[in-house]
Amino acid sequence: MMDITKIRADFPILNQQLYGKPLVYLDNAATTQKPQSVIDAITHYYECDNANVHRGVHALSERATADYEGARKIIAGFFNARSEREVIFTRGTTEAINLIASSWGGANIRAGDEVVITHMEHHSNIVPWQMLCKHVGATLKVAPINDAGELIIEDFDALLSERTKLVAVVHMSNALGTINPIEHIIEKAHAVGAKVLIDGAQAAAHLAVDVQALDCDFYVTSAHKMYGPTGIGVLIGKEAILDAMPPYQGGGDMIRMVTFEKTEYNDLPYKFEAGTPHISGAIGFGKAIEYIQGIGFEAIAKREQELLAYATARANGFDGLRQIGTAREKACVLSFVLDSVHPHDLGTIVDREGVAIRAGHHCAMPVMQFFKVPATARASFSIYNTEAEVDVLFNALKKAQDIFA
Amino acid sequence: MFDLRDLYLQVIVDHNKAPRNFGVLKDYNHDADGYNPLCGDKLHVYVHVNSEEIIEDISFEGEGCAISVASASLMTETLKGKPISDFPDSFESFQHMVTSDINEEPDEEKLGKLAVLAGVREFPSRIKCAVLCWHTLKSAVEDSHEVAKTE
Ligand SMILES: Cc1ncc(COP(=O)(O)O)c(C=O)c1O
Repeated sequence: MMDITKIRADFPILNQQLYGKPLVYLDNAATTQKPQSVIDAITHYYECDNANVHRGVHALSERATADYEGARKIIAGFFNARSEREVIFTRGTTEAINLIASSWGGANIRAGDEVVITHMEHHSNIVPWQMLCKHVGATLKVAPINDAGELIIEDFDALLSERTKLVAVVHMSNALGTINPIEHIIEKAHAVGAKVLIDGAQAAAHLAVDVQALDCDFYVTSAHKMYGPTGIGVLIGKEAILDAMPPYQGGGDMIRMVTFEKTEYNDLPYKFEAGTPHISGAIGFGKAIEYIQGIGFEAIAKREQELLAYATARANGFDGLRQIGTAREKACVLSFVLDSVHPHDLGTIVDREGVAIRAGHHCAMPVMQFFKVPATARASFSIYNTEAEVDVLFNALKKAQDIFA
Repeated sequence: MFDLRDLYLQVIVDHNKAPRNFGVLKDYNHDADGYNPLCGDKLHVYVHVNSEEIIEDISFEGEGCAISVASASLMTETLKGKPISDFPDSFESFQHMVTSDINEEPDEEKLGKLAVLAGVREFPSRIKCAVLCWHTLKSAVEDSHEVAKTE
């Protein structure tokens, strides 16, 4: 059993009132809150260890470097990377995908090639591929989804061919909550010789990920959606592939030797980490992962499924509510529209009840187009949310309906 | 404290439910699209300005939140029959009202019914919803042929 009271106490921000009502934070798919241990680690770094990494011989720089590299080690272990050389810090998921599109894509995708994505991708896993395909004359193929918001597997399989060079798929959809069968996707893509990128921005806080067992070529995620700070994320790639890729950005730290005639690039992972990195961010990221490990995915999954089941049951019993995204395999997301209230008005009304939800297209406009809605309201859950908070949400929805009755 | 009911006044709820001047005009000589990417509000405004430079008819269609629909409905109701030369002034007055300090009383004499939208000042993320139709109408009368945004 998870002790929710204790977990809530780990997140200082939760203990506050908005408009005289307790904060009910249900926008976790946008970003999660941060536990005290993460906040303390970041503060400690600036109070005691702040220095640049990889370049000083003084004590502070050595401490900062040790903590920064220590975080990389924690992350490597968490995702079961083969080594820390496979763990590249980025600004987040978006930058990681752009890195792959620009570096790997630029070197490997040619005119006539195909990149396969799905209809439920976040814009950050659509636009970089559109840009690349346009630039090199390749084709972007989109695997369709069904009315429940699930990938139609037969149609996905049928899109694959020897022309497919890359399959880029979201592990868990932020707009729908759908969890994709990435084991199957990776196997099928590899069978035609394509590489696979998994967008783990949403999944990494909710599902255990083992990049070796999955055999995916690239796995990317953002720390801020898994209790860590913003501005830091990670690309985990197979060493052989990363080794063969040209650098993404040039600058300090990514070089071994520079003359005006020529530059010798640094080894992995530094080849892809030009410039002074987000040191405190990486350290906070490491702490966030330790926080997740301290609870364990078994307990997390059990608790989050319980909460989603409760919220879904309340949604099913709520007159005039249509759920958007009813996949059999889903986690932590309740996306919906009400008959009589526009999502944007809902967002404002429930906010005045202290409830934070997201209203909008969730950076997944094609999903909105598929379901023929301009926007949805989305409540997204985390380990610290409670059934009582779900009740507050539904009472607020009722209030919204009353205003527009 | 500012209450939700001050934003969702009955007038606004009514205009949202039964928007006035909704639909396409048979005859129009100016029109424009407006789009608010944040919430997906989409509007199209049609205007017929006659030879005496009077807004003889005006309408809108599209989909959006209650604030954007009610605002468009109220705007069309207010401007219908007015000289087009009044528009810049109305635009400024409205813009001023929704961005002014919350303690400043809206100029009801100038704004008429539009004053019911003064409540959006308390809801900064919603101001764009209220002004979208005004920016769209501005694009239309200026024949700018650009999709109006509120940025
Ligand atoms: C599924 C998915 N992919 C990618 C992203 C982009 O992440 P970031 O903005 O942290 O780069 C998000 C964040 O909203 C997401 O939910």
